[in-house]
Amino acid sequence: MDFDLMFTSFPKLLGATVVTLKLLSASLFFGLIIGLLFAILRLNKNIFINKFAYGYSYLFRGTPLLVQIFIIYFGLGQIEYLRSTFLWVILKEPYWCAIIAFTLNTGAYTSEILRSAFQTIKPGIIEAGKSLGISSKIIFYKIQIPIAIRQSLPAYGNEIILMMKGTSLASTVTLMDLTGVAKYIISTTFKPIEVFIVAGGIYLFMTFIIHNVIKFLEKKYSFSQ
Amino acid sequence: MELLAFGKTGWGDELFYATLMTIAVSITAMLIGFFFALIFTPLKLSKYKSLNLIGNFYTTVIRGVPELLVIYLFFFGGSGAIMYVASIFGYFEYIEINAFITGSVAIGIISGAYSTEVFRGAIQSIDKGQFEAAKVLGINKFTQFYKIILPQMLRLAIPNLSNVWQITLKDTSLISVTGLVEIMRQSYIAAGSTRDPLFFYSFAAILYLMLTYISMKIINKLEIKYSRGY
Repeated sequence: MDFDLMFTSFPKLLGATVVTLKLLSASLFFGLIIGLLFAILRLNKNIFINKFAYGYSYLFRGTPLLVQIFIIYFGLGQIEYLRSTFLWVILKEPYWCAIIAFTLNTGAYTSEILRSAFQTIKPGIIEAGKSLGISSKIIFYKIQIPIAIRQSLPAYGNEIILMMKGTSLASTVTLMDLTGVAKYIISTTFKPIEVFIVAGGIYLFMTFIIHNVIKFLEKKYSFSQ
Repeated sequence: MELLAFGKTGWGDELFYATLMTIAVSITAMLIGFFFALIFTPLKLSKYKSLNLIGNFYTTVIRGVPELLVIYLFFFGGSGAIMYVASIFGYFEYIEINAFITGSVAIGIISGAYSTEVFRGAIQSIDKGQFEAAKVLGINKFTQFYKIILPQMLRLAIPNLSNVWQITLKDTSLISVTGLVEIMRQSYIAAGSTRDPLFFYSFAAILYLMLTYISMKIINKLEIKYSRGY
């Protein structure tokens, strides 16, 4: 055990954690919006809209995240037309490519989580709202969405943790996130175990915090059924 | 399309063998995962607190740390650990483990943590009366597990194990960082030499979709088979 290395690499890894957290929060924020949008599309009765939303979630849940990042980072740059548009400003940066890939990926999983949450809402609750003369728009925003959020909290908590682990793939497109820096230190010092303990410890600590925050929210928004 | 031709002119045969490699790694990793699950599930369900602690440590650490980090640990640390063990037995030569073994073990350990959770959940949801009835009839622990608990557990576990399989299959793409030529690595090589990454990575995505689709079909059949009588 090389404790010196563990002490000296800790601040470096902690600095890289900031990159990981930035990637995570940005992709979760945009992913939630996309997820909600596609969950609503999935519940649409129009078969084409429905199939489109299903196709999106199937495509992104059926392929590895690594493929998605590589298509966006290495693949899209190949299209000549894209290079001439303003989109190129975003797509030439590995940081934004990673965020786009993570967003689309977590959006697909989130849409599935929210869809099943919407579907488990008892029809009686919506009927009760209707019989009270509440408009269907208000039923959706004030009744269905809050219940769906509560229902989907445990599954969404898992998704946050999975996404946090997913951000480690940013290191494959040259970003120096926590895993990227850990790999760099390992490959220069050849002390994998020490670095793994420190970097893994930071990841575990983040998992622990996310887990407890979700647990707290679950308790706060729980209602007796 | 000529990029996918078989033989020397295209990448068809290379990608075909790479797909077989992905399947081989996934199956090996899944089996290694079952092996770990068979060790750690009893530990998690044990009466003794210290054994519980070991089981929980395994599943918590592996499920809380990115897969890529675990793979790097095995990739950089694997041969060192083996050489250390060998040096105890008086063997001091350099030992290189091949990428297939490193990759399958790394993914296997990850998949094992998920399988452990699935088995634990399945065993806990079996009616207590089943265990008690077996005890009353004087059936020994071994027969009780293999003839009574396991068949019932499998029915409950298969839908969740199918999720573990999908995760394992997709995780194998990460082994490409160690240089093992599976779908992702082969696409990387092909994309590099033809300068057509969009085509090859999209094709890789199609291959993965195909694998997940086919495995879903097979698992659905298994599910029907094990839920006969319910």
